[in-house]
Amino acid sequence: MEDCLAKKMEITVSEAEKRTGRNAMNIQETYTAYLIETRAVESQSEGQCGPVESLWRRYSEFELLRNYLSVTYPHIVVPPLPEKRADFVWHKLSADNMDPDFVERRRIGLENFLLRVASHPVLCQDKIFYAFLMQEGGWKEMVNETGFQLKADSRLKALNATFRVKNPDKRFTELKHYSDELQSVISHLLRVRARVADRLYGVYKVHGNYGRVFSEWSAIEKEMGDGLQSAGHHMDVYAASIDDILEEEEHYADQLKEYLFYAEALRAVCRKHELMQYDLEMAAQDLTSKKQQCEELATGTVRTFSLKGMTSKLFGQETPEQREAKIKVLEEQIQEGEEQLKSKNLEGRDFVKSAWADIERFKEQKNHDLKEALISYAVMQISMCKKGIQVWTNAKECFSKM
Amino acid sequence: DTSLAELNSFSPSVPISPSSMINQYKFEDGPELRDLFITVDDPESHITAIETFITYRVVTKTTRGEFDSSEYEVRRRYQDFLWLKSKLEEAHPTLIIPPLPEKFIMKGMVERFSDEFIETRRKALHKFLNRIADHPTLTFNEDFKIFLTAQAWELSSHKKQGPGLLSRMGQTVRAVASSVRGAIKNRPEMFTEMNNYMETFSQKINLLDKIAHRIYKEEREYFNEMKEYGPIHTLWSASEEDIAESLKGIASCIDRCCRATEKRMAGLSEHLLPILHEYVLYSEILMGVLKRRDQIQGELDSKVDALANKKTEKDLFSEEIGKLEDKVERANNALKADWDRWKQNMQWDMRSTFTNVAENNLRYYEE
Repeated sequence: MEDCLAKKMEITVSEAEKRTGRNAMNIQETYTAYLIETRAVESQSEGQCGPVESLWRRYSEFELLRNYLSVTYPHIVVPPLPEKRADFVWHKLSADNMDPDFVERRRIGLENFLLRVASHPVLCQDKIFYAFLMQEGGWKEMVNETGFQLKADSRLKALNATFRVKNPDKRFTELKHYSDELQSVISHLLRVRARVADRLYGVYKVHGNYGRVFSEWSAIEKEMGDGLQSAGHHMDVYAASIDDILEEEEHYADQLKEYLFYAEALRAVCRKHELMQYDLEMAAQDLTSKKQQCEELATGTVRTFSLKGMTSKLFGQETPEQREAKIKVLEEQIQEGEEQLKSKNLEGRDFVKSAWADIERFKEQKNHDLKEALISYAVMQISMCKKGIQVWTNAKECFSKM
Repeated sequence: DTSLAELNSFSPSVPISPSSMINQYKFEDGPELRDLFITVDDPESHITAIETFITYRVVTKTTRGEFDSSEYEVRRRYQDFLWLKSKLEEAHPTLIIPPLPEKFIMKGMVERFSDEFIETRRKALHKFLNRIADHPTLTFNEDFKIFLTAQAWELSSHKKQGPGLLSRMGQTVRAVASSVRGAIKNRPEMFTEMNNYMETFSQKINLLDKIAHRIYKEEREYFNEMKEYGPIHTLWSASEEDIAESLKGIASCIDRCCRATEKRMAGLSEHLLPILHEYVLYSEILMGVLKRRDQIQGELDSKVDALANKKTEKDLFSEEIGKLEDKVERANNALKADWDRWKQNMQWDMRSTFTNVAENNLRYYEE
């Protein structure tokens, strides 16, 4: 296993704090800041850990980091950030960004993000990432100085390439389809799960009403009174139990959400490939047409229709000197073009190779994580049923004593 | 052991054999084993020029001497049941006559002649007749016997006899006019307690009925969402290789949960909901019975007052008063005995019903 940062250092996002400050437009705003704590760990001896270092970061800085990483390592499936706004809510959860439950889940998500980056063999070595963890002041400037924003591909360019590319690597096309399917199926699943959770909540909570009425009823009964009263108590327990159950399920939902967002990261890599491939195809096409032009000028034959050809026919041919000059320029360009094409080809092949290696790594990680998530979901359901059995066994006993 | 055990079978068309129903209750003359078995089944639709209605088959098996035969099979419609109930109320104003299912259910979900409605009504009618059969006094009522045994035309002609509807109504109106306020003043403590109890009980049982319906509704919504939940996992498994098996496994488990939920809902609608509904009706009936008792006492009281004012015709009055006093005493005793019996029954019913609900839930979670 490669030497990655995660092995050398403990990283946690341990706290979240509400802050107010002035933003770029000098308007006062409230935001949440997260405390990142790091500690160097010696892998051999247990007791020897370095001092805890810490600094505060807010969500927008995490976003900046991620953008930087995506642009700088386009062949890597960059781990996603937790959602910016609460999606897939069901009625109990609020969609408010300041809600403590949301903030807590986001804190966990951000920690998870940092750990994923730190355990990635390539990403963990990035200096900007290291500075993000260790250097509070001046980090933003540092990132901007890398000029990564200039390297970023425009969305429009990428879209164009996706439509026009002729020969992308088949594996990437398949991967793109897979990531589309993954995204659609996980979002559907999360939506339905939210609705199911809502309904389940309803069933449990209405049972709580039993508790109240049983208790009131027991007041007028003599022999039935005790049984009713204690049964009512169990109904209250039953109704209350749903809160914990559903909170645990939220963690499961968050695990799925991570892979929902990972689908987007996969698509980004595919897009990059398509862009590079399109670029290559365009360059090759350009070279071919230049070579053709050269040939035409040299042999004086016009094989294809061109406006230039027509105008020269109409307004007279150019002088031999002019033609010579043109040919020379073209030959230079062709030479340049051939070199560029060679290097682009090389770039392209390197990209495909390293991207695919990372994609294989990702696939293994995904299969492992999702399997574990599904297992833990099953375990949760079992535990919910066990609790149900316990409550209703008790209730049954109370009822039979009525 | 004075526990009143009443077996009420809910299975529709399984004939109830005498050996499967053991009924023991304490009566002044000592324990009696049940000797009258009634089933209500086989609803049939009849269409005439004027109307459409449903008849139910009523089968009676008995070993009693006063019945000419040991088995009877007749067809009755809802109107006939209404007639029986009003005759019983007339003959025994302070006994607790079991409830009949209502004429319509204005819930908007159930149509007048939908299968669900007919089945619910059939079960309730079956229960109605069996409760009467189990009642120590009502079971020997003559109209009850005729109801069980007479052919259709015999029943029609019998119905036409007896005081007409108008004259009966007249009696009731007079009774009400003369009595109620006085009765409350002189009401024995025991019946005031009963009144208070019934008020609270009625309130609580209505609430429970609403809660149970709400739970049923929520479970149904939950079931609807769950139906969609499983197949998504199957769909997902189609794009995966490594985790496809796990996903399919989860899909099939979710489907099993769906089926278990269906069973749970069925348990509610077959057991809990009908009983709660019956006791909602019972609470109305009981309030009515208490009122009638008050009326009877009211008659007595007003006559006693009248006597205090009119010194003459003492003898005449005192005979009347004597009769009324007897009436009141009988009414009170009848009510008290029946009340105790009803309460025992109620307790048993509630216990068994809620235990059943608990068992259903246990089965659900175990599955």
